Amino acid sequence: MENLKLEGSAKTPTVTFDAGGGTLELKGRSIPENSVEFYKPLNDWIDAYGASPKAVTTVDIKLEYFNTSSSKCILDLFKQLEGLNGKGTEVKVNWYFEEDDEDMEEAGEDYQAIINIPFNMIEVEEI
Amino acid sequence: MALSNIYELYQTMERDNTMLSFKGVVTSDLLTSVLQIMESKLDHVEKSPKTKKKVYNVLVECLQNLYHHNEEIGQSEGLDFLFSKSALLMISKNSDHYEVKTGNYIAKHKSIELKQKLDDINALDKDGLRDLYKSVLSDGELSEKGTAGLGMIDIARKSGNKLEYDFMPVDDNYDFFCLNVKID
Repeated sequence: MENLKLEGSAKTPTVTFDAGGGTLELKGRSIPENSVEFYKPLNDWIDAYGASPKAVTTVDIKLEYFNTSSSKCILDLFKQLEGLNGKGTEVKVNWYFEEDDEDMEEAGEDYQAIINIPFNMIEVEEI
Repeated sequence: MALSNIYELYQTMERDNTMLSFKGVVTSDLLTSVLQIMESKLDHVEKSPKTKKKVYNVLVECLQNLYHHNEEIGQSEGLDFLFSKSALLMISKNSDHYEVKTGNYIAKHKSIELKQKLDDINALDKDGLRDLYKSVLSDGELSEKGTAGLGMIDIARKSGNKLEYDFMPVDDNYDFFCLNVKID
């Protein structure tokens, strides 16, 4: 299947979903006014990927900021991945946050508490 | 407006350490521009990346509230349609904190709902706000406009202070909603 690549903008993150490698990356910021529009193609891609996933699916979330509209869409994305977990693929999430960014660290912990897939919390100097 | 008022307006803004102020209809383009201007201003004046992020986050949510919740207001007695869509946004930097002020028209029946929500938020401490955010996030549904009902909770969390607000009566149908968010 085709990979999904979207260039980041002032309001949307860079998306690099690689079906062959089983790696899904979101990087940058996610603050669109209506995030549903932006996240719909990502959900569709994951649906298609779920039909024949890699043995391991690695999700890298490297977000600097996200708005509350996106937070709901990100949760839905995790729920979708939770549904795939154990069905031909093992899903793991790497949640990156910048040093001292407690807000982003807490946000990762909150998703971890809601979603039943393994999370790695990774502190980096700069995203 | 008398010419001397321009000077008074300037002095008021100077005294309040206004970084940016805007009055008008909040469109998607306007929102983008304001965020770009504020991001570069914050890069110049704010050393702490943590504070910079919090202020930026509060701004994003405040602007998106103005953008989403101003568009359904229709005709009201004495209130022109375009006029009622107009909103106010002011950002100022004081010695030890930032303030983001917003003002917008709101239908009276929505004021009651919003007031309740704000009072509930203000009654919670840091951990309480985090729990509320988590429960609305996991149980709530997105509206057609893509709003999650999380904006005010997020603003309160990032602010670290109680949300100061008031509803000024305009006419039988509308109030003017005033919000002041302090960010330490």
